[in-house]
Amino acid sequence: MRTRRFLRLLPVVPSVLLLLVFLLAPVAWSFYASFTDAALSGKAARDPQWVGADNYVRMFSDDSFPLAAWLTVVFVAASAVLGQNVLGLLIALLMTRSRRLVASWVGTAVVAAWVLPEIVAAFAAYAYFNRDGTLNQVLGVFGGEGPDWLYSFPLVAIVLANTWRGTAFSMLVYRAALADVPRDVAEAALMDGARGWQRLAFITLPLIRSSIATNLMLITLQTLAVFTLIWVMTAGGPASASTTLPVLAYQEAFKFGDIGYGTAVASVLILLGMVFGAVYVKLLREQRP
Amino acid sequence: MRRPVIKAPVKFAAALVSVAAVLAAATSCSPTPEAAVSKTLKIVYQKTDSFTALDAVMQDAKKEFEASNTGVTVDLQPIQANDDDYGTKLALAQRSSDTAPDVFYEDTFKVRSDVDAGYLLKLDGYLEKWDEWSAFNEAAKEAGRADDGGIYAVPLGTDTRAIWYNKTVLQKAGIPVPWQPKTWDEILTAARAMKAADPNVIPFNMYAGKGTGEGTVMQSFYELLYGTDSSLYDADEKKWVVGSQGFTDSLAFLKTLYDEKLAVSPAEALDANVWKKVFGEWFPQGKLGATVEGSYTPSFWQKGGAYEWAGYEQDMGVAMFPTQKGQDPGGVSMSGGWTLAVGAKSKNPELAFSFLTTALNKKNALAYDINNSQIAVRTDVASEPEYLAANPFVKDVSDLVKVTHYRPATADYPRISTAVQVATESVITGKQGPEEAAAEYDATVRKLVGEDKVLEK
Repeated sequence: MRTRRFLRLLPVVPSVLLLLVFLLAPVAWSFYASFTDAALSGKAARDPQWVGADNYVRMFSDDSFPLAAWLTVVFVAASAVLGQNVLGLLIALLMTRSRRLVASWVGTAVVAAWVLPEIVAAFAAYAYFNRDGTLNQVLGVFGGEGPDWLYSFPLVAIVLANTWRGTAFSMLVYRAALADVPRDVAEAALMDGARGWQRLAFITLPLIRSSIATNLMLITLQTLAVFTLIWVMTAGGPASASTTLPVLAYQEAFKFGDIGYGTAVASVLILLGMVFGAVYVKLLREQRP
Repeated sequence: MRRPVIKAPVKFAAALVSVAAVLAAATSCSPTPEAAVSKTLKIVYQKTDSFTALDAVMQDAKKEFEASNTGVTVDLQPIQANDDDYGTKLALAQRSSDTAPDVFYEDTFKVRSDVDAGYLLKLDGYLEKWDEWSAFNEAAKEAGRADDGGIYAVPLGTDTRAIWYNKTVLQKAGIPVPWQPKTWDEILTAARAMKAADPNVIPFNMYAGKGTGEGTVMQSFYELLYGTDSSLYDADEKKWVVGSQGFTDSLAFLKTLYDEKLAVSPAEALDANVWKKVFGEWFPQGKLGATVEGSYTPSFWQKGGAYEWAGYEQDMGVAMFPTQKGQDPGGVSMSGGWTLAVGAKSKNPELAFSFLTTALNKKNALAYDINNSQIAVRTDVASEPEYLAANPFVKDVSDLVKVTHYRPATADYPRISTAVQVATESVITGKQGPEEAAAEYDATVRKLVGEDKVLEK
């Protein structure tokens, strides 16, 4: 019986091995490297030394790390938790009430941004917010003169771009969730005289709670890792005004060749993702009575 | 519940097949190093849409080398990236002997730290036997020298920086050409005159901010700083200079240029692609009076360049960047340049060095220096009439070698350079005044290199 169970597991062994080699090993290496002074050039490249927690100490005494951590939190809160999540829910709710033709057109438009490869979406967003870009040309038609968005409001620009790109995912999740809400409950509430917002707050939202938590977890983790979009649009600038943790890690590791410090920043990012993940998983568990 | 019956051995076999397939895929794409009969040399260099001169030289050298060395394959691997990314990709390739190149294109200011990293092969023994090594001028040979006194890289060419100006724009403002400002104030006077004559032109642009990266310091800030009585680094004491009046004055000069709108807008200055507009649009269209740029400038405009412009020989002029108050030696320039080096992990170092000498022989060096508007480092190339006639500016920019400076080639230099770029950015965007920005630069330098490696001057 035992051998049978073993043999039954055998086919998954290759994929488990691949996961270990290609997912866990880089993470473990990143943690290890963050305690060394590994570098791309200079003496440390030939013979990296163990430096203990030096990189982490430096991180918290450096001005750029706290700023990048704060910008990351703002970016995630504004573009994922508020932007994608709320907008996605709103569109999904409106779509359940609109005509089928309108719903399908809106759906296609929203999903289009999500279907684009990230690099293409990033260039599209760059072209839109650029000084001579689409947005300012449209404003020009109405007689207004737009600012240089990527220079004057870099964080706003990347938040809007990421919201635009990611809303489709939330919308799809919520459309599926709303389709599962039983009609009779809502109708019963309607008979009892509940208004529209009351039905939303007391009937619909509690019923799709677990979808909300799952969606929040996925989009938070996706947004934490956004790099291409920011790199193409602002490259973290001007100054460090849009340097989030992934951008900072990249700059430290590959622009300054300081692999040790770069991996330390990346390790903090991994920890941050794990904290968010744990919180959402806990929320999910609590809902099951 | 009953499962469909599949015999265990079948599953086992299936698993084996899948493992085998993965292994086969993993091994089949790795190169075979033990091909003793036919040797392969891997050559790594940079190629971009506006820099193809080296690629052309390498293609020629490959043909030449393969013809005279039967059984040897030269594998050219151009990396399409800007200078920063090229450096990163090269360094990453050096980390494993499977990917490390045999011969590669190396920036002079990275030679020392890459020698420390053990990426470069010491060439002294090979150079002794190479009769053409004596054709290289002495100053240029120093570019490849590391801290241990050995030579690790052979220079391809060097460059200088100068003021490039559009004669028609200057003449419209009543400034006689050829123009040669003697002090910083004369630059400002001329720029103000250009602005008054035509408010739509950009009179005198100097790069600033992190967007243009190394260009901000090499083609702008260091021309200012090294023309004061200060410098960035004291090479004798091996210490970084902080708290200098020259640093603050240089920032103040940039502030004046940007505040009076004599340069581009700060938003344009921070765009990493602003230099493309300088060469591709503003100079040819007569919208820019002058800027500080490298001796390689004509390579963009000459036939086959990225922004061909037939009229540049008549319309453009070149002038030495002056010192702050006209003090000796009267002018400033900055030099960099690139080299070819042999990888320390090369399995065929003899052959690799032999390829390097082919790529740098007189014919190829001449072609490269002309097509890329480089200043020749081989004396036999420098005296070649074809080289001297390549463009009308060769003599002017070559003369600047007398007043030129080099960047400190230390491992912490890239971070210091970024700190300088941040200071210029803070000043032109109005975030900080020159004194504040200089003070913040000093604080950053102290933090980066430590108190014992700074010098108050």
